[in-house]
Amino acid sequence: MNQINASDVRKVAGLARLDLPNDQLEEHAIQLEKILAYVEQLEKVDTTNIPPTTRAVEVVNVLREDVVTSTDIRDKLLALAPEREGDFFKVPKILSD
Amino acid sequence: MSSTTDTAWEAVIGLETHVQLGTNSKIFTNASTAFGDEPNTHIDPIVCGLPGTLPVLNQKVLEYAVKAAMALNLTIAQHSKFDRKQYFYPDLPKNYQISQFDEPIAEEGWIEIEVVEKGQETYLKKIGIERLHMEEDAGKLVHAGSDRLAGSKYSLVDYNRAGVALAEIVSKPDLRTGREAAEYASEIRRIMRYLGVSDGNMQEGSLRCDVNISVRPSSEAPFGTKVEIKNMNSFSAIQKACEYEIGRQIKAYEAGEAVIQETRLWDESKQLTKSMRSKEGSSDYRYFPDPDLGPIEITEKIKENWRNQLPELPSAKRHRFSKELGLSAYDARVLTDELNMAEYFEAAVEAGADAKSASNWITGDLSAYVNSKRLSFSDLCFQPAGLAEMINLINKGKISGKIAKDILPELLLSGASPKKIVEEKGLGMISDPEEITKIIIQLLESYPKEVESFRSGKYKLQGFFVGQLMKQTGGKADPKLANKILAEKLKG
Repeated sequence: MNQINASDVRKVAGLARLDLPNDQLEEHAIQLEKILAYVEQLEKVDTTNIPPTTRAVEVVNVLREDVVTSTDIRDKLLALAPEREGDFFKVPKILSD
Repeated sequence: MSSTTDTAWEAVIGLETHVQLGTNSKIFTNASTAFGDEPNTHIDPIVCGLPGTLPVLNQKVLEYAVKAAMALNLTIAQHSKFDRKQYFYPDLPKNYQISQFDEPIAEEGWIEIEVVEKGQETYLKKIGIERLHMEEDAGKLVHAGSDRLAGSKYSLVDYNRAGVALAEIVSKPDLRTGREAAEYASEIRRIMRYLGVSDGNMQEGSLRCDVNISVRPSSEAPFGTKVEIKNMNSFSAIQKACEYEIGRQIKAYEAGEAVIQETRLWDESKQLTKSMRSKEGSSDYRYFPDPDLGPIEITEKIKENWRNQLPELPSAKRHRFSKELGLSAYDARVLTDELNMAEYFEAAVEAGADAKSASNWITGDLSAYVNSKRLSFSDLCFQPAGLAEMINLINKGKISGKIAKDILPELLLSGASPKKIVEEKGLGMISDPEEITKIIIQLLESYPKEVESFRSGKYKLQGFFVGQLMKQTGGKADPKLANKILAEKLKG
């Protein structure tokens, strides 16, 4: 046990852009530990010669025709954004030049 | 200021090329890929990654990607899948990009490039290609609210381009000079245009290249620290950016400084690369298989079908034009640059034109016309058969080259038959010796002084008589015959 500490949680939260308060780090570390322990349990199953499963349904080559259907829903989608300016989505500045 | 070491510095360059595949709809949804429309008019819940939406792969994207891969001599994967690449940047509406990570559609290929450098011998070089994979493009950021002092306060996002299909082509680090890098990129574009899978328009961003570049003190030394350069929107910019960066890195090493691994931007107006602030922690993409998109399996039958649809590619055409048709490497290269031009040339040869003459007319007068009118060779109403007819009129001595040039504008406008125009206007060459002799005798009679000067040694005057003769006959006298008769008569 104790594979995950508070600073790991802070790093993972940062990568996912989650703003976790410091007093919750420990709690999440414990929960993540439990998840990893469960994965460890799964790892005991012998999977030699079994191809990895990435999906629940085994379908291949699900394709569609190259056809345009116009969807004039710009305003509806813009309305979902926190902020808009004119017909653009408005976001905080990214590069400081 | 310049250093004086004898170190044989060598640059190692690899290119990542993003090619926008020219489909009507986006890679995973029916939204349009049209360029230059009002912002955010081509978005939908799938582009924006709203909950409950299901992306489905566009079959044309798969076909184009596989055909592109085949043309680059890559091995098509039997089994391939899509993955999610996590990164946070507002040009990406979903906070992840659907791409292909460990199972790309194709791997391990090569193309041959022909490197032409001023003052150096042209050479062929095989450039390895690591992989080609399919992915979706990002949207476009407009930095707004700029008040010069503080820079932009916020950004505006247009997601019209988000979700447009891309093929990313990754070269091996086989390129050694800026010229090679530019030639590689332009060959990739040429191939994509021959295939018809992309318009390769760099100005509109349908073809974008990122350069990875490092230098090392000798060709045996391990690779140096590599720097990525972005933001070049022409082939000459790729070449210049590489050359600038090679110089910058060598200078740093020779001054005992380190080269830092970073991304730099090419500044076209200042002609230099500058460091771009790095996005911290952005390298942890945490790829995982996209659960919404099933795997892709390409059967031998599908491959065979698509392979049979591939056109002859630029390098094969270049070889054939110079080997079978006897054209110079230079002419072969110019003629094959655009598929339409190459096809026009081939049709003219097919219709009986001599290859060298056809090449001269097409790369000369016809190209000048096509370029000045912003046309393509396929738009010309003067057909390849018409060109062949005109060339044969010249080669059989029916008209002079000068007459051909004179009637060309009319042919280009009307697409009429050269033979018919020549007949209608009575432009056929005067090749009857008697008729020419008659004209020459008259001519000599009207310039007795000049004839005397000629006979007393001013042989240069023959040119004067030729000029007068051409003037009188409207350029129609057979030049060879006229010169011969004129020389005889002048001698007296």
